[in-house]
Amino acid sequence: MRDVLSAFVAELRAAGIPVSMVEALDAAAALSHTDLSEREHLRAALAATLVKHPRHQRAFDVAFDVFFGTRKTSGADAESKPLAPEGSPFDDDSFRNEVLAALASDDRDALRRLVGEAVDRYSGMEPGRPVGGRYYTYRVMRRLDADDLLIRLLTALGSADVDSPFDERLLESRAAAALAALRRTVDEEVTMRLVDERGAETVAASRRMALLEDIDLMHATRAEIDEIEQIVGPLARKLATRLSHRRRHGRKGRLDVRRTIRSSLGHGGVLLDPQFKPPRIAKPEIVVVCDVSGSMATFARFTLQLTYAIASEFSKVRTFAFIDGIDEVTRYFGPDVDFAEAVVRMSAEASIVRRDGHSDYGRSFEEMVDRYADAVTPRTTLLVTGDARNNYRPAGAEHLATLAASARATFWLNPEPRRFWDTGDSVMATFTPLCDVVEQVRTLRELETFVESAALPAFRARAAAS
Amino acid sequence: MNPDWTSPSDVSEALAATGYLSDAKIAQVVFLAERLDKPILAEGPAGVGKTALALGLAAATGRRLVRLQCYEGLDEAKALYEWDYHKQLLRLQSDEGATWDELEGDIFSEPFLLTRPLLEAIRSPEPVVLLIDEVDRVELETEALLLEILDSFQVTIPELGTVEAVTTPIVVLTSNNTRELSEALKRRCLYLHMPYPTIERERAILRSRVPDIQEAMAERIARTVATIRTVNVKKAPSVSESLDWARTLLALGIVELDDEHASETLHVLLKYQSDIDKVLDELSLPDPSLADPSLPDPLLPDPSLPGPGEPASA
Repeated sequence: MRDVLSAFVAELRAAGIPVSMVEALDAAAALSHTDLSEREHLRAALAATLVKHPRHQRAFDVAFDVFFGTRKTSGADAESKPLAPEGSPFDDDSFRNEVLAALASDDRDALRRLVGEAVDRYSGMEPGRPVGGRYYTYRVMRRLDADDLLIRLLTALGSADVDSPFDERLLESRAAAALAALRRTVDEEVTMRLVDERGAETVAASRRMALLEDIDLMHATRAEIDEIEQIVGPLARKLATRLSHRRRHGRKGRLDVRRTIRSSLGHGGVLLDPQFKPPRIAKPEIVVVCDVSGSMATFARFTLQLTYAIASEFSKVRTFAFIDGIDEVTRYFGPDVDFAEAVVRMSAEASIVRRDGHSDYGRSFEEMVDRYADAVTPRTTLLVTGDARNNYRPAGAEHLATLAASARATFWLNPEPRRFWDTGDSVMATFTPLCDVVEQVRTLRELETFVESAALPAFRARAAAS
Repeated sequence: MNPDWTSPSDVSEALAATGYLSDAKIAQVVFLAERLDKPILAEGPAGVGKTALALGLAAATGRRLVRLQCYEGLDEAKALYEWDYHKQLLRLQSDEGATWDELEGDIFSEPFLLTRPLLEAIRSPEPVVLLIDEVDRVELETEALLLEILDSFQVTIPELGTVEAVTTPIVVLTSNNTRELSEALKRRCLYLHMPYPTIERERAILRSRVPDIQEAMAERIARTVATIRTVNVKKAPSVSESLDWARTLLALGIVELDDEHASETLHVLLKYQSDIDKVLDELSLPDPSLADPSLPDPLLPDPSLPGPGEPASA
């Protein structure tokens, strides 16, 4: 068990979960008080000692299923296998009916047995095939015809008392949960077989999922975005605390002669107690200009949320959003608003689409210069977020140049990987020379690092010097 | 008294006897905490029973509960100990002739010490359950105050020396995750993530806390609440709110939850009008404000209908 534990800890660390030495020792101590045959107890004991962030839970669960899966399929199922009598052809339809019955009655043992069989029949799993587990899961789910199962499950469950749309809605969520359970069971089964074939370490490495803060924001799934939303609030508050802490405990300012002499009067004019002026803080204004078309909206939202979290570092924050028209949207955002909702309201109410709803950087920058030139002053830090994919329209670099010339510093955050810049309709190279700093910011972690460093005076000085 | 638990199932039985329904994870973590003498850090949304766990543990073990409610600005003087300044002053004034050494030794001694919850838990002759509630409310720096006590169950007072625990308390910290706690604090604790309960567990909680409720009704309430939690609302309904909802429905004599009753009583479950509107829409519930005013008010007993407790559709 000790070997398994240390391999497991190594896997968690490889997945990015910081597990300290002490925590690993705690886990070992906890295991000596744990009934190892009870899988949920084992999971709880390891989770309590090794994983200290809700956002690491997902990566932990993936690794746990690989290392401590229920390995009993081959033995126990051998006897119960002849569902269809020997020799008779396997009947897909009646098999699916059995799956349906198991789902409808929430019979987990039956479901597990049936899934074992489904994986045998449908996954086409062969030793040595260099294919990831998700592919097999996908194949099995397709052969089981998940969409059709969902519809039939609704009919099966809802025969009795559906009087209103509300009843239907409850039924839908129940059926969806049952189907999610089916998918999870298939996934567990596939994982287990892969572990038998390839060994836990290899499978764990191939299944390793990015931690939430390392997910590519441009390509995150709906479910991932929901999970990221859960953690971005606490993260923003932590960032704010850290910055204000630094401010309070930062260096002292210049000697305050007047107050030093005043305090020396208490001890007969001896300058015992030098007094310092609090450091003068130059707070810049910040103007955030966001491309909010399509997948960029999510990125813009998280950028704004983190920026507003440290709003006290700035004397003023103004926000502009554009797609192929630009509008000031400062009124929708603030330190305590629900950002998801604010973005929805903003897209509905602000006038940011003028023509076809595809990004037009040139037009938007031009409009910014025409209408909001007064927003950008020599005290302004201009922050642009966007992928610079301009749909082959005129880039309008001269307008950005006008804005950048009047701003104190100009930053551009691009959520695309650097190697995709200037491919296709991306015109990043046109904008790059106009900005002081151009960063690739793909994940929440990179965004946090950028926002934090942007609040440092040293960073602003660097930007101004370049 | 020390609990004589030999397995997690003993823990869940003991907790169930006090009316707290745990699950495998909670029981296992509590069991480990007792075995390894480690604090439990319970983190999760408000109202899922983190504080109730500590209350349940106190009841199950027959120990006294010492509670420290955290808030912004909490400091040593309010969490650990304080010298009774007024009493010290009186002592000095009442005795003019004493020497400095006598006085100093005297006024910094036990009778002049005001114990606050943390010190009280440590010095208690009989074992206690120490609840440090909503630890995410204190500032990051104040957390450090807790480290010594969590680590080795001792408190250092400069004038007196180190006070070690006479008996080992069971320590439960709770956090609503409004900000991230420091690594140092987390490392010293067993981490118990408490999400919303599963439908089965919520149904069982409803049945145990609201004894009059019918099985089918509890099931339906649990399913409805679980569905509402999947809708993206500002404040998702917690277990305590679904308990309130069940009690409200019972008090109104509703034994079968249909769409109209649900939409009329939704305000018990949700605390923002925008959330209520969103849920009405997402769950295809009728808008209560559009209800026909000529119909009798469902919140008032109607003499022409069967009395409370009987199905209205009879």
